[in-house]
Amino acid sequence: MVALSEATGPVAGDRRLRARRATLALGGLVLVAAWAALATGAAGVSLPQALGRLVTGAGLTLQEQVVLWEIRLPRLVTGLCVGAALAVSGAVMQGLFRNPLADPGLVGVGAGAGLGAVTAIVLGGLLPPALAALAGIYTVPIAAFLGGWAATLILYRVSTRAGRTSVATMLLAGIALGALAGAVTGLLVYAADDQQLRDLTFWGLGSLAGASWPKLAVAAPVMLLAMAGTLWLARGLNGLALGEAAAAHLGVPVQRMKNLAILAVAAATGAAVAVSGGIGFIGIVVPHLLRLATGPDHRYLLPNAALLGAALLVGADIVARSVIAPAELPIGIVTALMGAPVFLWILLRRRGVVDL
Amino acid sequence: MKALALAALLAAAPLAAGAAERIVSVGGSVTETIAALGALDRVVARDTTSSWPEEVEALPDVGYVRRLSPEGVLSVAPDLILAEEGAGPPETVAVLERAEIPFVTVPDATDAAGVARKVEAVGVALGLEARAAALAERIETRIAETAARAAAVETPARVLFVLSAEGGRLLASGSDTAAAAMIDLAGGVNAVTGFEGYKPLTDEAVLAAAPDVVLMMEGRAEGHGGAGVLSHPALAATPAGRAGRLVEMDGLYLLGFGPRTAEAVADLHAALYPGG
Repeated sequence: MVALSEATGPVAGDRRLRARRATLALGGLVLVAAWAALATGAAGVSLPQALGRLVTGAGLTLQEQVVLWEIRLPRLVTGLCVGAALAVSGAVMQGLFRNPLADPGLVGVGAGAGLGAVTAIVLGGLLPPALAALAGIYTVPIAAFLGGWAATLILYRVSTRAGRTSVATMLLAGIALGALAGAVTGLLVYAADDQQLRDLTFWGLGSLAGASWPKLAVAAPVMLLAMAGTLWLARGLNGLALGEAAAAHLGVPVQRMKNLAILAVAAATGAAVAVSGGIGFIGIVVPHLLRLATGPDHRYLLPNAALLGAALLVGADIVARSVIAPAELPIGIVTALMGAPVFLWILLRRRGVVDL
Repeated sequence: MKALALAALLAAAPLAAGAAERIVSVGGSVTETIAALGALDRVVARDTTSSWPEEVEALPDVGYVRRLSPEGVLSVAPDLILAEEGAGPPETVAVLERAEIPFVTVPDATDAAGVARKVEAVGVALGLEARAAALAERIETRIAETAARAAAVETPARVLFVLSAEGGRLLASGSDTAAAAMIDLAGGVNAVTGFEGYKPLTDEAVLAAAPDVVLMMEGRAEGHGGAGVLSHPALAATPAGRAGRLVEMDGLYLLGFGPRTAEAVADLHAALYPGG
């Protein structure tokens, strides 16, 4: 593996430098986005003033405390974690499946989580009261997470034979499972009443509006651990770019890597979808932007994807809650509206120069 | 001028219960009730479903009733949030509670007594109990008048409420909806009773329902090449289609179950039985 990463010559040196510079720049971008997210919002709370009062010990007003501490900060942290988790998951999936179209949805998390959420929204009223009271406002996130996990487990079992996971089978089985989940979701939509239908639509478009500390306390460790786990995958994914057999000859523990990758992506995406609903686009576009800009080396791609995903989602959230304030747009609309044209433009401009 | 008034209001805080002067009104029927009680000047923001009276459209919109954004609501510095049942999401309500802003939920209604309770609940929240009691009584009396006339009808009209006819597919009201309740209050019979809520109907089910009248929200009956919903092949073969009987009413007026419901019931009754 060492030979593999060193043997690519002077071009790799250029790219490594560029990738490191990109990491610095992206880190700066995340800080700027974070400051902007804390400083802007519908409520007229001034961040510098509030910080000043904190420093001088004058204390915050109740309004400042609620807006900054209960609304903007948990929302910022959720945006950072979810954006990073989705982007890293996308990069890992594309590497694992050696397919530029792969995204976290391919391991069944998207379809399963969607089905879980729809079930909770439509049939949540049928829960025994004691259980409903215990789950409370977390019913939908918990159901989404469980649904995502169940789908991943099924898919993994289907595509693993004699200890070997076939990524091609997994891809096809993922499409079948997605269709099945879509059909069951359709049945539930048929049974839903008007209010539930509105809830379903909004859930599918994603939002960070429900961010809160208790939710983060559960979801953030899952996302962070899963992302940390993917750091072990970087070299293996580089080897895998040559094909499974070649990677095995290079000493990459292919099956162990697949297990870890699927586990990490299911956990990161499951937790992300559970707290924010369906947010598309980040997982597929962020890794491609970075591959075009700084090359396919996963050792840089994965951390850079985390940074860019985090900055993009926080930026999109600022737009989502500003443009029609005091109301707000679902963030999935913003990510797709802003991101898809940019991505198309870059593809057109770089066409022929870099082949995905 | 506005800023001055605002500053004066803020200086007057803290306010006693019922004396709220910066109200966020969430839900079309709640906003209508506040307007009917003459307290619209105390409302500073509304939700997307609040569209009557027209002047509320000029107020800031804090979003859809079930998707309120906590910071958006806080940004208008409210001292009371008056919301219809089901407003949320719960996460937003929790944050607003921590900001110590009173959040009053007004009970839902699909009958005369329910509307009266709704009006009275809004009255209590506004500190206008006497005015609300009078309004509630007027509404109940008016609905009872229509009910008396409806009881005298010998052959009740079969009414099919069509929520949408998009793409030639009729989304009709079964039992247990606001539309079904209105049809009942106006002395009609819901033509479809096999299911709850709004569901698509097959052409055969439309024929079996055999409605005498098709009821729709205003602006939903166009399409079908300009010929309107009654040109729908299955509907055209029903008594309603042959007689060309389509009744259109404003959605919030017809289904809101607010202070205008008494008039809406009377209007619907008159539209169902034009002779009597």
